[in-house]
Amino acid sequence: MLKLEHVVKVFNAGTVNEKVALNDLSLELKDGDFCTVIGGNGAGKSTILNAVAGTWLVDRGRITIDGKDVTRLPEHKRAALLGRVFQDPMTGTAADMEIEENLALAARRGQKRGLGAGITRKEREEYREMLKILDLGLEDRMTAKVGLLSGGQRQALTLLMATLKKPKLLLLDEHTAALDPKTAKKVLELSARIVEESRLTTLMITHNMKDAIHYGNRLIMMHEGQVIFDVSGEEKKKLTVPDLLAKFEEVSGGEIANDRMVLS
Amino acid sequence: MSFFQSFLNAMPGAVAQGLIWGIMAMGVYLTYKVLDVADLTVDGSICTGGATAVMVVLAGHSVWLALLCALLAGLLCGLITGLLHTFMGIPAILAGILTQLSLYSINLKIMGKSNQSVNVDQFDVLISLRWVKELSVRNPVLVVALFTVVIIALLYWFFGTELGCSIRATGCNPHMSRAQGINTNRNVVLGLMLSNGLVALSGALLSQYQGFADLNMGRGAIVIGLAAVIIGDAIFGRIFRNFALRLLSVCLGAIIYYLVYQFAVQLKLDPDLLKMLSAMVVAVFLAIPYWKSKYSRIKVKEGGADRA
Repeated sequence: MLKLEHVVKVFNAGTVNEKVALNDLSLELKDGDFCTVIGGNGAGKSTILNAVAGTWLVDRGRITIDGKDVTRLPEHKRAALLGRVFQDPMTGTAADMEIEENLALAARRGQKRGLGAGITRKEREEYREMLKILDLGLEDRMTAKVGLLSGGQRQALTLLMATLKKPKLLLLDEHTAALDPKTAKKVLELSARIVEESRLTTLMITHNMKDAIHYGNRLIMMHEGQVIFDVSGEEKKKLTVPDLLAKFEEVSGGEIANDRMVLS
Repeated sequence: MSFFQSFLNAMPGAVAQGLIWGIMAMGVYLTYKVLDVADLTVDGSICTGGATAVMVVLAGHSVWLALLCALLAGLLCGLITGLLHTFMGIPAILAGILTQLSLYSINLKIMGKSNQSVNVDQFDVLISLRWVKELSVRNPVLVVALFTVVIIALLYWFFGTELGCSIRATGCNPHMSRAQGINTNRNVVLGLMLSNGLVALSGALLSQYQGFADLNMGRGAIVIGLAAVIIGDAIFGRIFRNFALRLLSVCLGAIIYYLVYQFAVQLKLDPDLLKMLSAMVVAVFLAIPYWKSKYSRIKVKEGGADRA
């Protein structure tokens, strides 16, 4: 479903701040894979997602989504294939627009936007039903501005928007990192449920090793712009946090994972 | 004549001017509030609209054709700024200034000299300040008010369409917009075009109203537009939530601006200072939200906040 071949991305090339964010990285996700991504700060986790989403173009290599070469495609055109949820709850929604308007925007992802109605009555009813499932009481606040919602509510809404039109690939970029533990768990459970129900191919970055092990059928660990550990199926189910830490120290040459990873 | 009599006497003129500038201010609202872009093209494009309209009328064509040409000229001005900004990556403010400067030359070329007058007795114009106290259907207050209503209705419809919603989203959160497949660059260009189209249309009405187009008629227009937006928001912001009503509040803001302006003129305030005073008022109003966020402290109950 997703294929990255020898992808290279260098930031600030030719300066003292030069940073090889993706170093000849290759990765292939099969249809229906739910892959979690872990790694230390600056390992290139978010860079992979941004490379796939087209936030900028990669320096070298090839990216294919569902057989389509998207390497040179601008961000807004790739969006037709992708659903995205970001780390910052502010990023995924338009704060000054209503809940239902945000959903209507997402429902038209990948379509031509013309002079037809921005939202129809029929859609409103559909959205109301969808919001009911979230169980956050949003179905009664459909015309409220999204800016009034809490971080958790906004992430749940963004998740709904990302999957409203079934994407070829769902990208979750530490989407629960900014939430309190209880809300984070709720949003994570919701994500897993949606992924399972719609059989979505998913790439989820997390800093939480337990979550990385618990969710999905595959786990990759990144370090210095490369995949250093790739495990799936039964083998992944048997993983423990100490295993991962040991693995991390082994391949990164004794460097300890950052506190955030250890403590959570 | 007493002070108030002369003020009342000048009121219809002030209202007419306010209405005309209100159309321009709606254009500023579209860029400044909806798109979140500060567009300085307007200082030039209002004159482009006025110059185009006057020249078309002087050439003996219908006033409606003149308005259409002015609108198209405005759309073109916005297109240029939009391309400078998106295609060439120039910051929006600078892109607007560059267009504005080149429009100075273009406006001069359109008119052939620094001003052109259009005599209401010789040519067929839609509005004139001569009829401002007439109780007839050609009273400019009535005519421009009709224009305003139609424009607000059209904008209200447009920003409720799929395309219009995507433009609003672009101004609100470009990051999210791109993630939802919206071409934000194209939308910024569209918004700038629409805005300058309105500004030029307002310039076309203004030049007919005052009977001439002048190279300097747009100087400081952006400040008047911003003042109208700010005044409208300050007075009606809490009660007008709906998009159409917000546009209306911008128009009312422009009218209030011209009433205050007229009042200041009647007070025999030095007219040379009026532009500076406008700028100062706008500066203070722009600073208020910043001061609020910087110096106001959130009230917390004794012993800490409710929620940790």
